[in-house]
Amino acid sequence: MEVSLVDIHKHFGPVRANDGITFSVPGGTVQGILGENGAGKSTLMKILSGFQPADGGRILLDGRQVNMDSPADAIRHGVGMLHQDPLDFPAMRVVDNLLIGAPGGLIPRRSEAASAIAEQAQAFGLSVDPRAEVGSLTVGERQQLELLRLLWLGAQVLILDEPTTGISAAQREQLFAALHRLAEQGKTVIFVSHKLEEVQELCTRVAVLRQGRLVGEAMPPFSVSGLVSMMFDREVTPGPRVTFAPGNTLMELSSLSAEHGRIRLEGLDLQVREGETIGLAGMEGSGQSLLLKVCAGLVPATHGRLHFSQEDVTGKPYRQLKKRGLAYVPAARLEEGLISGLSLSEHFLLTQQKPGLFVDRRKGHAIAEERISQFNIRGTSASPVESLSGGNQQRALLALVNPKARVLLLEHPTRGLDIESVIYLWGKLKERCGDGGAIIFTSSDLDELLRYSDRILVFFSGRVSKPLDAASATVDQLGELIGGSGV
Amino acid sequence: MSDGGQRTTADAGAAMSPSRQRWINVGFQLGAVALAFLVTSIILLVAGAPPLEAYKQIFLGAFGSVDNLTDVLVAWVPLLLATAGVLVTFAAGLWNIGVEGQIVLGAVLTTWVLRLLEGTALSPALIIIIALAAGIVGGALWAAMAGVLKTFGGVNEIFGGLGLNYVATALTLWLIFGPWKRPGIGSMSGTEPFPDELALPTVGGSRLSLWSLGLGILAVILVYVALERTYFGLRLKAVGKNSRAAFLLGVPTWQYGLLAFLLCGGLAGLAGAVQVTAVYHRLIPAISSGYGYLGLMIAMLILYRAIWVAPVALFFAAINIGSIQLPIVLKLDSTLSGVLQGALVLFVILVEGARQRYVRRARLRSTTSGAGPGDRPPELPTPNPEAEG
Repeated sequence: MEVSLVDIHKHFGPVRANDGITFSVPGGTVQGILGENGAGKSTLMKILSGFQPADGGRILLDGRQVNMDSPADAIRHGVGMLHQDPLDFPAMRVVDNLLIGAPGGLIPRRSEAASAIAEQAQAFGLSVDPRAEVGSLTVGERQQLELLRLLWLGAQVLILDEPTTGISAAQREQLFAALHRLAEQGKTVIFVSHKLEEVQELCTRVAVLRQGRLVGEAMPPFSVSGLVSMMFDREVTPGPRVTFAPGNTLMELSSLSAEHGRIRLEGLDLQVREGETIGLAGMEGSGQSLLLKVCAGLVPATHGRLHFSQEDVTGKPYRQLKKRGLAYVPAARLEEGLISGLSLSEHFLLTQQKPGLFVDRRKGHAIAEERISQFNIRGTSASPVESLSGGNQQRALLALVNPKARVLLLEHPTRGLDIESVIYLWGKLKERCGDGGAIIFTSSDLDELLRYSDRILVFFSGRVSKPLDAASATVDQLGELIGGSGV
Repeated sequence: MSDGGQRTTADAGAAMSPSRQRWINVGFQLGAVALAFLVTSIILLVAGAPPLEAYKQIFLGAFGSVDNLTDVLVAWVPLLLATAGVLVTFAAGLWNIGVEGQIVLGAVLTTWVLRLLEGTALSPALIIIIALAAGIVGGALWAAMAGVLKTFGGVNEIFGGLGLNYVATALTLWLIFGPWKRPGIGSMSGTEPFPDELALPTVGGSRLSLWSLGLGILAVILVYVALERTYFGLRLKAVGKNSRAAFLLGVPTWQYGLLAFLLCGGLAGLAGAVQVTAVYHRLIPAISSGYGYLGLMIAMLILYRAIWVAPVALFFAAINIGSIQLPIVLKLDSTLSGVLQGALVLFVILVEGARQRYVRRARLRSTTSGAGPGDRPPELPTPNPEAEG
């Protein structure tokens, strides 16, 4: 079945998640959709699978325009989506999971469904026991179940959102083989990922999204650096590099290991010196955030030592490290960074050291006004943070960092900001380095990494490259490393 | 902060003038009260009773005589204490359903101390003070159990609190019919009454003690000041609204959660202590009289704004006392008060949701710049089952 998307628009407030995306996928292909987190892949797929309505645009299946108001609608038109986290009912049996989504009368026909699923599983080389409890299956098996369920419901177009996270290598092989077979049968497979090597291995065409737009399409053989440069912003920003002569060691990681979720860091050595800025590059979820969290004391190291200005702080909790002059700024602004319902001035009051008993609202107002003008925040001291735009929330987050902090750990410090604001905020941040502080930050903007870091570490599924000298590294070099060659 | 309590954080948006907004709010709230009375009236009609006559009887039962009025004030005190307490836990985003059991444990510990010190050389005033303090400790400890279960055991405070409520009731019954039973045989009328000198002094022949009235009002004022004017209150609200962000901003989150439990439990325990020392002069099986649950309802009804505790608690106390004479006059069950109170809470919360939608729509219509929701009244605290340990 041929799928055509025409001029798809979707806005969330001021954010343009999809900004006029047009492309089509012929039947019998495995189409890769590439893009960084926030590029608009998931939104586009949710629109195509009926989870969300688009604000504008059309969807054509085999040239016929269709309206899909719900996932049930979509599957009736033959479009099924396999979500990143299986959307099944763990407490029920496989066969019942199947029947839930099926149109049918009062009494479910269990045995019929069970034999159908077993038959299909065999045809695709998958192994799913219809009588097993879903909760007892692995993520990979649940994914296979979901795949079979969609096929059983008659899906002609299958959308898979990051399907290889959390499944074993053998299951991945099975999955890829099954997808190839489906494409041979003339079905359309849409494979959403940010893992380049999988896209290379599996897909017969690739579309790349960035900031809600389709920025390019490619056919095999794919060039890794070509795809990476399409995925990441390459706009050149003006302004000279600012560097400071590195001073004493502020923070030292010695053969540090840590584990969180599915990502593992092993035996990391790093010395961060006064005045230094260290950039952490890599696809989202390759271990950069984990490193920041370990340095902040939010995730304990499983092995190795962490020193902060000569003191061994291994195993010390976040609040103690914070008191010693460390600051951590998370990427998720409204989830982790700011408190919806409190005003800007209340946020600044909250971060006061030794505040006394009573809240001095006039002082809070004064601090807020000062930081608002320092950081160019568009809002008033009484504005609730959730009423600020994303960029202003980001500025507020950075404005909340303790002015005395010596090591700043920043997750995507300038995400969502326009270039002028990025340059301005980095000016503020670099002042800290001039005062003997140090910055470790993650970014998905290669130019930002090259421009503002002194050294860059590239992460690839938990492995870390040797520190690159940012002054001499190139975008292509970074792109290769991020794509997994040579780390 | 101005009159609206928490609401000042959400400034009136540019789209609507503050005075117009205020009138809209008042209109919605009056509408909620009208709806509550309407539904209660329908229920009365179905039951075959004249609604207006019933409301009149409730009014007369509450305010018809000086005796009735003092009874209302007597019921007001534990409501003030319990509501002030749950406002603290609500601020921290916690649903302290266990407040009922905390009142009971306050009463139990007070009774225990009175029994222990009764007949000693200590002056009665001192014994009463120790007994009240013991009540506070009892409530706080019972609350701490729910808090510890949540913080370190991952048990949602609603389930923990509810379970502990049943344990508290069972404990009271066991004490009344076991170790503390009256000479001879235990009875539902409670333990042996304490001598008069071990009771808080009351006004005339009534059960109203100015001391406990003062404690209740003081508690509300303290909680208001703590929540609205102190760093403690600000941090507590931060934890309640987003504990992850509060933690990253440097607030010791689980410690504040536990502290909220302790404070609420202490106030609830004091309510129990007052019931023993001023009202019943003994431990009775229904010592909490449901005041804890009513306190939760009042907190929801006033949308967690401390400034409204006193009048609304008085209103609830009046409904409670006023409905006592319904069975005598109209052959109606006095539980009608619960129907009216429940309907009020439901409709106020419902209408508040409608009001928020209305305001948001009105703003969207009048602004095209997409400035976002400017005035968002405090949202209902949502229980968060994950303890951050």
